[in-house]
Amino acid sequence: MYPASFEYFVPTTLEEAGEILERFGDEAKVLAGGQSLIPLMKLRFASPRALVDVNGIKGLDRLSEEGGGLRIGALVRHSACEGSELLQGRFGALGDAAPQISDPIVRNRGTVGGSLAHADPQGDWGSVMLAVGAEVVAHGPDGDRTIPVAEFFDGPFTTKLRPSEILTEIRVPDPGPRAGGTYLKLERKVGDFATVGVAVHVSFSNGSVGRAGIALTGVGPTNLAATAAEEALAGKALDDEAIGEAARLAAEAAQPHTDLRGTEEYKRNVVRVFTERGLRAAAEGGSK
Amino acid sequence: MTEVTAAHEGVINRPISVTVNGQERSAIVETRLLLVHFLRETLGLTGTHIGCDTTSCGACTVLVDGVPVKSCTQFAVQADGHEVTTVEGLATAEGLHPIQVGFHEEHGLQCGFCTPGMMLTASALLERNPSPSEEEIRWALSGNVCRCTGYQNIVKAVQHAAAALGGE
Repeated sequence: MYPASFEYFVPTTLEEAGEILERFGDEAKVLAGGQSLIPLMKLRFASPRALVDVNGIKGLDRLSEEGGGLRIGALVRHSACEGSELLQGRFGALGDAAPQISDPIVRNRGTVGGSLAHADPQGDWGSVMLAVGAEVVAHGPDGDRTIPVAEFFDGPFTTKLRPSEILTEIRVPDPGPRAGGTYLKLERKVGDFATVGVAVHVSFSNGSVGRAGIALTGVGPTNLAATAAEEALAGKALDDEAIGEAARLAAEAAQPHTDLRGTEEYKRNVVRVFTERGLRAAAEGGSK
Repeated sequence: MTEVTAAHEGVINRPISVTVNGQERSAIVETRLLLVHFLRETLGLTGTHIGCDTTSCGACTVLVDGVPVKSCTQFAVQADGHEVTTVEGLATAEGLHPIQVGFHEEHGLQCGFCTPGMMLTASALLERNPSPSEEEIRWALSGNVCRCTGYQNIVKAVQHAAAALGGE
């Protein structure tokens, strides 16, 4: 399969990249790992007139802890997350998600930032970032602005990013000293998209839930925050009753469709079971 | 996502220079040329196979700067200034690479279509982890699909190579 012709740019600075994006408007696409964009171009679902390859911009591949939170540069590959000691414990939702994304070869190229900007409702990072309350940094002609991931997704493959903006960083806030989380994914085989995925992230204060994040993959037009379930947990002890109720509310928040991967009823039930399991794992992680 | 539009007119070329199996290779290529087509058609290195062409099967796996990537999901222009290793680069004048010996000795292939990608992924694994467990081998190869062998002998082939390289 052959993509349509395009002009190819490899800028070495964000400013240079921004100028090219401004020149081409919505006819340009940013190329990071390319593991979603290039297949779309081969299928001619996407035919950008210009590709702006940001792999030549230095400093975008940093993954670091800062002020108790995380900074994830736009070019951090899934494989870098898979091996990172930073993404354990309090940030277990991220560390558990990374090795479940696609397959090992794709993870060598694909990026966290690219995955978010692509906004596939079956993407895994979107749910994880919703659960941990992350925000993205968008660099544009007027400088940087931050967008909470909770407001980032407009619909399938559609985000708040403007054509002239580049997602440069993801910031994960400090969840406090006691926090835990995980990502559970049901897939038919390695490399398949999620039938259902559930990200769970809980901050504890004084033995009860401070903030709970629960988000769902593959069961809606975007990654979905299970807001009612999150709110029901706030201030509660994470006991069987609270977990059961949150799982029921998360299943209610899901908007699954019956397809080859499963029926609506089945997927909803998986959301319930995964939310339960995820909360139990978070409770264990947060008690360490 | 960009809306579907008619293919843009004209051919857009760009010069590239890629070190392939230790040799610098320069060419003027279309920007839209995939790395796998550059290797197979421009350079005539047909050891890299095109399987699914949809980023699923791993048959087209090559190493870029030592890291396994699917060459059907990368443009040749992206490899400009980088080092690419294909299956043709595994053997040396002294003989086969230990991973190739492993596949030979352990009957790690039947039709052979997935084998180049398997061997490159496995060689990168052994670079990183000289004595992988069976679990680690299976995990590392989980992006490479084989429809013949059931993977048993592929795993044995990698273990054979690990032992030959002195990892065990």
